[in-house]
Amino acid sequence: MNMKKTKRELPLHLMLVPGVLILLIYCYYPMVGFVIAFQKFIPINGLFGSDWIGFGNFRYVLQMPDIWQVLGNTVFIASMKILLGLAVPILVAVLLNELKHVLIKRGVQTLIYLPHFLSWVILGGVLVDILSPSEGIINQLLNAVGMDSIFFLGSNKWFPAVLIFSDVWKEFGFSTIVFLAAITGINPSLYEAAIVDGANHTRQAWHITLPGMVPVIVLMATLSLGNVLNAGFDQVFNLYSPSVYQSGDILDTLIYRIGLLDAQFGVATAIGLFKSFVSFVLITISYFLAYRLVNYRIF
Amino acid sequence: MQHRMSFGRKVFVAGNYAFLVALSLLCLLPLIQVLSISFSSSAAASAGLVKLLPVDLTLSSYKYILQKQEFISSFGITLQRLVLGFVINMGLSLLCAYPLSKERKDLRIRSYYAWFFVFTILFSGGLIPTYMVISMTGLIDTIWALVIPSAVSVFNVILLLNFFRGLPKEIEESAFMDGAGHWLVLRKMYVPMSYPVLATVSLFTMVFHWNAWFDGLIYMNFPKNYPLSTYLQLLVINSNPMKMDPKNLAGILEISERTTRAAQIFLGALPILIVYPFLQKFFVKGIVLGSVKG
Repeated sequence: MNMKKTKRELPLHLMLVPGVLILLIYCYYPMVGFVIAFQKFIPINGLFGSDWIGFGNFRYVLQMPDIWQVLGNTVFIASMKILLGLAVPILVAVLLNELKHVLIKRGVQTLIYLPHFLSWVILGGVLVDILSPSEGIINQLLNAVGMDSIFFLGSNKWFPAVLIFSDVWKEFGFSTIVFLAAITGINPSLYEAAIVDGANHTRQAWHITLPGMVPVIVLMATLSLGNVLNAGFDQVFNLYSPSVYQSGDILDTLIYRIGLLDAQFGVATAIGLFKSFVSFVLITISYFLAYRLVNYRIF
Repeated sequence: MQHRMSFGRKVFVAGNYAFLVALSLLCLLPLIQVLSISFSSSAAASAGLVKLLPVDLTLSSYKYILQKQEFISSFGITLQRLVLGFVINMGLSLLCAYPLSKERKDLRIRSYYAWFFVFTILFSGGLIPTYMVISMTGLIDTIWALVIPSAVSVFNVILLLNFFRGLPKEIEESAFMDGAGHWLVLRKMYVPMSYPVLATVSLFTMVFHWNAWFDGLIYMNFPKNYPLSTYLQLLVINSNPMKMDPKNLAGILEISERTTRAAQIFLGALPILIVYPFLQKFFVKGIVLGSVKG
């Protein structure tokens, strides 16, 4: 019986072989590479050939003058993106649900999803152009109403705001799908009952639509918790410059500069390990919360 | 209830239409502005005359770009990457999603496999160790560095397997009764029944490969091996005069003035703008079925 079962399962195992191999080599094997966070790593000596220095790299990182600034930037930018990235799609989904005109509704949806599919290389190029202090359309508009030009990408005052708003701009449409789906799943008879009770549209939205979305909102909020150290490498890398390192440098861009440009592999990997570890803990907590609060499972 | 709209309600409805239409224009206008700049003469562009529509309509920036050897060759690399990446990604995603969509009684160690896959989203080796593994396996400066490490997208696998789980079990069972095996069932039943989610995952895969630029930047030592997005990244972002050292500025300004940059941005976005309208009606369905259960 057991043999028979094993034989029946064999094709399923075979199907998984290529995928498992690729993950083993390109996802699991690099995790072994974390050992170089504890070494004075010299590439020629191989993974285990360099001198072990314990937490030396970590101590070095803690003494770096900008590390707290960078950590603060990362958490601030990421948290603001998470907060606004939740609030805006919830609001837009509720408002979009009120549209009765199907063609306009579909048109609005199509357009607001669009930026999600363009890369930060493209959108970075667009932002750099429209935000340019001399020739950008935004500053031309500001000048037209009598305001001075703002060097959005070159000023530490404005740069984080640009990062946060442009990220929300890129992604809110896509998140709206999930919240719209939640609204669609609400039992229509609840609205009928509310109408019989004399509830107007505002009250319906407040007492039925929003509570109906709560499980999905809780789910999205808890799942985004794991991203507190992910402030968006692609975006920052394509928009920043040395003049805004002070307000815009995040852990990932710092790792890139230290690791690949300065070739301090051990130090960069130590920061990377810290980031991976904290993210892992946060994601585990958030999955646990999502499971307890709204019975979410990944599959 | 529609026939008794109060005044306040009318104001809200009108305001709501206006707000949402404005919001969607906000997503489109920045792109249109850059598009218009690309079709304008450089004199008009640098004088800041281009608002929403092109001024002195001309195709000269496009002509200039399309005859550049680097542009053509990086476009070739991207096409290669798209074809290889698409076939490998979709093939592996199907092969992984099918067994993982089975229940414990059909695949006893299913949950171990599942955690093996999911763990890679939770924890990753980070930039430096990943780079070293890719270099150790000899992929540096080959097209395979761009398609093999990302060949299994766990996110896509989850979308697919959630969809597979919603398919009726009876059809599959009757096929097994008739003597069909798993391979046949996957090919002849699951794939044909899964068009909405396959369209979604296809779109994601193509967009991913088209947009990816960072792997090209770090795994390719020679600019001739750069895919289009990496080439654009260097040209549009890194050579942007606003971010340059003033002493390098003079030389750069000649090769990348504003209209050329705009034209390259637009060419980089064009394929996505073309496929997007056809596939977007699928992905709403595919995403919703795949990710939001119940």
